[in-house]
Amino acid sequence: MPRLELNPNFTDPDAFYAALTEAHRERSEAESERINARLILLLANHVGDQGVLEEALTIAAQAAGPAQQQPR
Amino acid sequence: MPTTYNNPVYPYRRPPELDSDEVRHCPVVIVGAGPSGLAAAIDLAQQGIESVVLDDNNTVSVGSRAICFAKRTLEILDRLGCAQPMLDKGVTWQHGRVFFQEREVYDFNLLPEAGHRAPAFINLQQYYFEEYLVDRAEALAERIDLRWLHKVVEVEARPEQTAITVTTQDGDYRLTCDYLLVADGANSRIRDMLGLESRGQVFQDRFLIADVIMKADFPTERWFWFDPPFHPNQSVLLHRQPDNVWRIDFQLGWDADPEEEKKEENIRPRVQAMLGEEVEFDLEWASVYTFRCRKMDDFIHHRVVFMGDAAHQVSPFGARGANGALQSTENLAWKLARILKGQAPEALLATYNTERQLGAAENILNSTRATDFITPKSRVSRLFRDVTLELAEHYPFARRLVNSGRLSLPCRYDGSPLNGPDAEGFPAELRPGSPAKDAPVRLGGKEAWLLNRFGNRFVLLLDGRVDTARAEALAAELGELLARQDDLDLVIVGPAPDALGALPRTTLVEDTQGLVGERYGLTAGGGYLLRPDQHVAARWRELSASAVDDALARALGAHLDTTTDAATQGGRHATA
Repeated sequence: MPRLELNPNFTDPDAFYAALTEAHRERSEAESERINARLILLLANHVGDQGVLEEALTIAAQAAGPAQQQPR
Repeated sequence: MPTTYNNPVYPYRRPPELDSDEVRHCPVVIVGAGPSGLAAAIDLAQQGIESVVLDDNNTVSVGSRAICFAKRTLEILDRLGCAQPMLDKGVTWQHGRVFFQEREVYDFNLLPEAGHRAPAFINLQQYYFEEYLVDRAEALAERIDLRWLHKVVEVEARPEQTAITVTTQDGDYRLTCDYLLVADGANSRIRDMLGLESRGQVFQDRFLIADVIMKADFPTERWFWFDPPFHPNQSVLLHRQPDNVWRIDFQLGWDADPEEEKKEENIRPRVQAMLGEEVEFDLEWASVYTFRCRKMDDFIHHRVVFMGDAAHQVSPFGARGANGALQSTENLAWKLARILKGQAPEALLATYNTERQLGAAENILNSTRATDFITPKSRVSRLFRDVTLELAEHYPFARRLVNSGRLSLPCRYDGSPLNGPDAEGFPAELRPGSPAKDAPVRLGGKEAWLLNRFGNRFVLLLDGRVDTARAEALAAELGELLARQDDLDLVIVGPAPDALGALPRTTLVEDTQGLVGERYGLTAGGGYLLRPDQHVAARWRELSASAVDDALARALGAHLDTTTDAATQGGRHATA
């Protein structure tokens, strides 16, 4: 069963981070929120697998703390 | 008042019990002659059980109410002998459009799978639905005693039987019964009288239903608006019913005043803004409602069995109210019939609760999800809803997230104690617990439908395309099986050797389009056992008579007998 990838998987991590912050540059908070919501939906569909998505949701919903893979 | 439909007025008849000192005992009394009560009475009658049906009114539904009847419901109605008038009167649609604010974001075509007798669904006003059920019940009058203007005012539920008091214009009378089936609606008075509860969620919202008659042509499509300019921040649904009547659902919000909103002078401008200034229409009927998603923890209380909205209630999105109700009544009817005929232990009844709790939970889940999409409960969920709709305009993936109500699909009783063995290599869609699938066949040289061969009794579906030697061995075994199992018929997919075709209570069908083989994954000598409600009980790659015996016993709950609480009466008379 596929698991959420928590080890580095980016082809170019620094470029991604720059692109992400660039997308939000000079945007209002409301606009930024919409960008983020669209991004989540686009990426979630790309991931597709419900188990992996739920794993990501669980980690994202946890308050700050070590990202632990949930036993399934 | 509706102009396209006149509610029939059914006659009150003075009951014979008023002129007798004895309290009559009935096997089954049904409270409520709505969709559930009528369907249960018809189903029981077809399976040899008499019932008395009591309704405190003397007509069918006032107003269109439930209007969307799904394929499985139509298949159930076909088994009950009243699908044809519904299919003839109902309208089908395949094309829908979704709008967000000023724009159409996408359209869709449902393109239902071919090779089924029933369409994916029909739109039909509830009053027609009930009227055709009444017609069918009246045709079965020797087994259905349908009593209008008879109101149950007292219920005494005991472990062995139930006593009720009924009031009429000529006075009160009492009845006792083995089983009282309660289908008196969402605000069930019987449920209240017994101190029982249906629990769940009330949605803090109001909706206005308006049925309008269009004076000119309008396309037969389902239109759903999110946040339209003519009704900001709310949703609106438009779809077609027979008689050129269009149902419009306006979400109003919780603060709306129902009495004000129902007034024609307030409805007209809203509908006019939506249809456009040039469209002429008449207002037929309007109603304001709120809704709940809730169910009882146990649908059975001693020998009182709850059905329909009294047992389980859902929001209207996804049309799972009346559709779910019909699945419940058909689940109950065959079990009750066999318990009353002494062919099954009373413990079988408890599986009505276990199987239909699963169905009710599934229906509530689906309708709650649709409701949450249509009426987001927080700023962030509203944000996700809106960007989903925006993305849907350009990207197909997002259309799968748009939820304005999903098509009502029947429940599959996974994990039911009645399910028998499964085997490798069969389609997962027809695993034990699933409703059977239809397919076109040839029967006696004529076109026919497979599902019409199933139901009311157990059926063994056998792929009879075996060689002569195997056919003779099978015929010997199955001949004995049919001799000892009165409640079993055989349907053989041929061409099959003569030895099989000559068996008693056997129908030979030809799989002319190959769809039976494809949908059921059949191979020579394999087969399915179908319950009287057309759900799969078990299936085998190579079936044997003894395996069928075991699966039949299991489907009838023989193994449940000793597991029930024996405290009340001991042995087979303890249930619920």
